[in-house]
Amino acid sequence: MSVIIFTEHSNGEIRKSSREALSYGSALAGRMGVSAEAVLLGTVSQDPSSLGIHGVSVVHHCADETLNTADTRRYTSIMAEIATACGSTVVIFPHSMNGKAVAPRLSARLKAGYVSGATRLPDVEKGFVVRRNVFSGKAFMDVLVQTPVSIISVNPNSFGILEGEGIAEVRPYHTSVGAGRVVVRETKKVTGQVPLGEAELVVSGGRGLKGPEHWGLVEDLAGLIGAATACSRAVADAHWRPHHEHVGQTGLAIAPNLYFAIGISGAIQHLAGVNRSKVIVVVNKDPEAPFFKAADYGIVGDAFEVMPRVIDAVRKLRKG
Amino acid sequence: MKILVCISRTPDTTAKIAFGDNNTKFVTDGVQWIINPYDEWYALVRAIMLKERDASTTIHLITVGGADVEPIIRKALALGGDEAFRVDMEPMDSYQVAVQIAQIAREGQYDLILTGKETIDSNGSAVGAMVAELLDMDMVSLATALEFEGSSAIVTREIEGGEEVAEIPLPLVISCQKGMAEARIPNMRGIMAARTKPLKVVPPVEVAPLTGLVSYTLPPARSGVRLVPADQPEELVRLLHEEARII
Repeated sequence: MSVIIFTEHSNGEIRKSSREALSYGSALAGRMGVSAEAVLLGTVSQDPSSLGIHGVSVVHHCADETLNTADTRRYTSIMAEIATACGSTVVIFPHSMNGKAVAPRLSARLKAGYVSGATRLPDVEKGFVVRRNVFSGKAFMDVLVQTPVSIISVNPNSFGILEGEGIAEVRPYHTSVGAGRVVVRETKKVTGQVPLGEAELVVSGGRGLKGPEHWGLVEDLAGLIGAATACSRAVADAHWRPHHEHVGQTGLAIAPNLYFAIGISGAIQHLAGVNRSKVIVVVNKDPEAPFFKAADYGIVGDAFEVMPRVIDAVRKLRKG
Repeated sequence: MKILVCISRTPDTTAKIAFGDNNTKFVTDGVQWIINPYDEWYALVRAIMLKERDASTTIHLITVGGADVEPIIRKALALGGDEAFRVDMEPMDSYQVAVQIAQIAREGQYDLILTGKETIDSNGSAVGAMVAELLDMDMVSLATALEFEGSSAIVTREIEGGEEVAEIPLPLVISCQKGMAEARIPNMRGIMAARTKPLKVVPPVEVAPLTGLVSYTLPPARSGVRLVPADQPEELVRLLHEEARII
């Protein structure tokens, strides 16, 4: 009996969303009275035993360089092998790009119920009930897993990262799963930026900023506080900003600690993507903007007058 | 090339979300239904673009649902596509849907199966990957571009903080998102043609769901906005630092 956790890395570093999944899996294993074990595929720059700080006692490490390339069909086969060998009753994934692709595959492979985008720990008192987001963040759904094995992907920024002291036992794992058919030709990464889905702080701009030449207001504030940048759909559609920055119902749904919206009116579709943020700040010159009803702090005012002073004040705060 | 496009029905993006029957049923009164935007704008339109480039392409559509989803599949046929399947069942979870699609796909021998990246009501992002697994096919999720070289697809997908371009031999399942295509509106000729396109109603394969619904909950409302005067933006920064302790 064990909870196993699919642990992703990027450029040799363990991803933040995976540290959260490890923390979640360890807390769940504690509730169930079983062991928490990480599965690490590929090579990393640090000693895998350090994952013990998040509560796992074992790291199954398949140190095969070819696994540094994501091949979700191959990952699924290896996860199925390890889950079966360990007699795992729960398999945890981060709700990341790869997690979203591997977890449902594993569900179909093992005929194990899958809960996508869990927002809190399962209730194990009455069966195995997990809360997840539905209606693009406008509601939650409690799901009962009806199979002996459960698969869960954990929504980023919903559980948090737990760190303690602990060193995990590293067990080298050799897989018989052969190479896949996916050949990666090119990886284009925007370096130095916080990935939006994982960001704790997000500064976002809308049509109220009037054009891409005014994005300095968004970027300056984001740079000062270490936030990711985002935008509304209108802005992405007008090609002022890249599509991957679009948050909302048909873009990315995010749940940062801070969502700072500048010149965004807050249409229902936009709110659906951001209303799980812990603190929402809205700067908009229209007092009737619907976003104020969903915000915690707000300024009714012209962003071009307000924001330079906000940025100055943050700069002073950082220096002080 | 033979393409299967998976179509879901979802409430319109502005629909009011409310629940009845002890929070176990979505209240559908007054709800406008649409084709799930990701299925329509990206998966279906991309398939239509491929057919426009090569007229020998065949596009089949599939949906899983009761008779009430037929207006949606007709609308999809009006945009494009040669024929459609409706598997006649009210699915309880993604797995049940995936099993039905896999069954039709197995019989149809498709080169490409396209889905949207997720539905905007269930947000599971699971059906495409499950179909791929059930058919033992490769799958690319969250694709933003698709081209072909010989019998391989060249697919660009989103990864954290960037993009990855990969070459994968067909057959293949792809979940599509923004970038794949642009939204279109059906024209009168398409709407007329859709009326006579074949829509086959297929009985479902018997399969138990793996998960069940317990109940829905609405998120707690925010306590209200605290407005800071526009001539004191420094006060906002102080509140975020000292009260919210967030910057």
